[in-house]
Amino acid sequence: MNIHEYQAKALFRDYGVATQQGRLALTPDEAEAACAALGGDLWVVKAQVHAGGRGKGGGIRLCRSPSEARDAAEALLGSQLVTPQTGPEGVTVRAVYVEAGCEIARELYLGMVLDRERERMVMMASTEGGVEIEAVAAATPEKILKAKLGPDGALTETAARELAQALALEGEQVDCAVEFMLALAQMAQELDCSIVEINPLVITSDDRVIALDAKVNFDDSALFRHPEIGELRDTAAEEPLEARASAAGLNYIKLDGRIGCMVNGAGLAMATMDLIKLHGGEPANFLDVGGGATAKQVTEGFSIILSDPEVEAIFVNIFGGIMRCDFIAEGIIAAAREVEIGVPLVVRLEGTNVELGRQMLDESGLALITAGDMDDGARKVIAAAEGA
Amino acid sequence: MGIWLDRDSRIAVQGLTGRNGQFHARQMLDYGTLLVGGVTPGKGGSECLGLPVWDTVAEAVDNGANVSCVFVPPRFAAAAIREAADAGIGLVVAITEGIPALDMVRTKAHLADTGTRLIGPNCPGIITPGVAKVGIMPGHIHRPGDIGIVSRSGTLTYEAVDQVTRIGRGQSTCLGIGGDPIIGTPFIDVLEAFEADPATKAMVMIGEIGGSAEEAAADFVREHVSKPVVGFIAGSTAPPGKRMGHAGAIIAGGKGTAGAKMEAMRKAGIAVTENPAKLGATLEELL
Repeated sequence: MNIHEYQAKALFRDYGVATQQGRLALTPDEAEAACAALGGDLWVVKAQVHAGGRGKGGGIRLCRSPSEARDAAEALLGSQLVTPQTGPEGVTVRAVYVEAGCEIARELYLGMVLDRERERMVMMASTEGGVEIEAVAAATPEKILKAKLGPDGALTETAARELAQALALEGEQVDCAVEFMLALAQMAQELDCSIVEINPLVITSDDRVIALDAKVNFDDSALFRHPEIGELRDTAAEEPLEARASAAGLNYIKLDGRIGCMVNGAGLAMATMDLIKLHGGEPANFLDVGGGATAKQVTEGFSIILSDPEVEAIFVNIFGGIMRCDFIAEGIIAAAREVEIGVPLVVRLEGTNVELGRQMLDESGLALITAGDMDDGARKVIAAAEGA
Repeated sequence: MGIWLDRDSRIAVQGLTGRNGQFHARQMLDYGTLLVGGVTPGKGGSECLGLPVWDTVAEAVDNGANVSCVFVPPRFAAAAIREAADAGIGLVVAITEGIPALDMVRTKAHLADTGTRLIGPNCPGIITPGVAKVGIMPGHIHRPGDIGIVSRSGTLTYEAVDQVTRIGRGQSTCLGIGGDPIIGTPFIDVLEAFEADPATKAMVMIGEIGGSAEEAAADFVREHVSKPVVGFIAGSTAPPGKRMGHAGAIIAGGKGTAGAKMEAMRKAGIAVTENPAKLGATLEELL
């Protein structure tokens, strides 16, 4: 689960991770008032969206007066912000964060991530802050320093000090950075963060170490023990169909093609999309109905797929293991009654109780195209979409 | 005989009295798997499916269990895995989906000090057809044979099993290693065991986007595997930054793409197919 920068910084402050003071603003008036409340003579107005690369997209504006901040907020609020990570249509800016500016001496990078090879959380630091860290990792991997955390998620002071020294920090900066890193590691451990990224981490001209940006991602599987984090979810910032699927207990990702897919199991769902592409089609979505889907969930799945106006045909690919094919057939029949399907439907059923499932579909009188195997199904659904 | 399960495998089901545990334990019994009982804290002394229920894994071990199958809910599952290891269970198969990643970090480090092998979590389990089934896969699609199958996914494993059966071959052992970022048994351990298993003549390995386990497995195959291997990677069409169902299936920072994994596997001499419906056909050409 993602949260916004302003939410991440509030958590940072709770844990003693240094940030600048800031205020959330939902209107230009609030942005102007925030400048007065924060004081100083330099402010930054930042679009609050779930996407990186905001600076490149014009979503971060440096302002030298409260009225400039007001104008910046006016321009950003309600606009579609396009960044290298959003796609051409961009994302709607619903709030801005107004932050006190600071004198930057150096821009660094600090991040934490679950390292699958080391099977631990790692803290990563780099002197190359403020730029795309993936590019640094690809071109000069030696410039990314890593510290492996303990099995309990703790960072040792020694490891933090080594990272600070490797960043070429001096004097008071070292102690500030060590304190910063230890607090950050404690937060990641206690809140089950899967990713924390601070780019840039800045050293100010008065030797303070400050998180200028904050990107925090939580392990969805651990949200049960952090209900207060779950409440930070901003469903308005999510793809509407994906939010709706998530509420129904379905795993749906919207894509750009014309062929809707409904599959049981994540691996088979990915493989089905790959097969459609291999035969020259484009999948409209990833949808894993899981191993224990009810007829109601199958119906909701159809309804979600059909809410995408690009969909011109649907491929249902089920390998029933513990999930019985007759349950799936029942779900398809119920869905066809409740939802106007209106596009060609290709069904491939295999596995437990397959004969019964096929018989139910045959007797339902539904206009289905049946497929013998997944290859056959993929070819048939592409042909059906082209004919539609 | 296949790998890791044999006729001396005596299974205890952790979470037997829960809905999932009970349902799948019944399927395992029907398949002929030797279940010795179940473990549910607080329900010791009762019976379920005609089997004894104990409060602790240690009691299950005292009563002969040497394998455990974990259906415990996510928030207690990591502790259940550690309990099994501490009780001396040699093979723990964790089916549970949705265990917090940091719980698994701690658990994996804990297991390093024991002699226990963990399969999963978030996996369909392991089956040696005709011998034992420990997990949730449909038993009836399998048949005894000489092809070892390993995958990160559940239903895609069934697809592979079905295709192998349709070309007239059976399976030595099939297992899903799980779709989570931190898992007990990586591809390499399975490939090594299949290479050493006289009952296995060839292997099918199915990976997916995310992480670098497939690349590491490819390196291992080049150096240490002499038997034919067929490979597939799911997720060629997945866009970067989007998690495809499994907690581990995500292309991040340009790493973990299907293309890079397939390339590494091809270079290692693995017969990679880009068509998931042609696993059986690709295997047939090799044999």
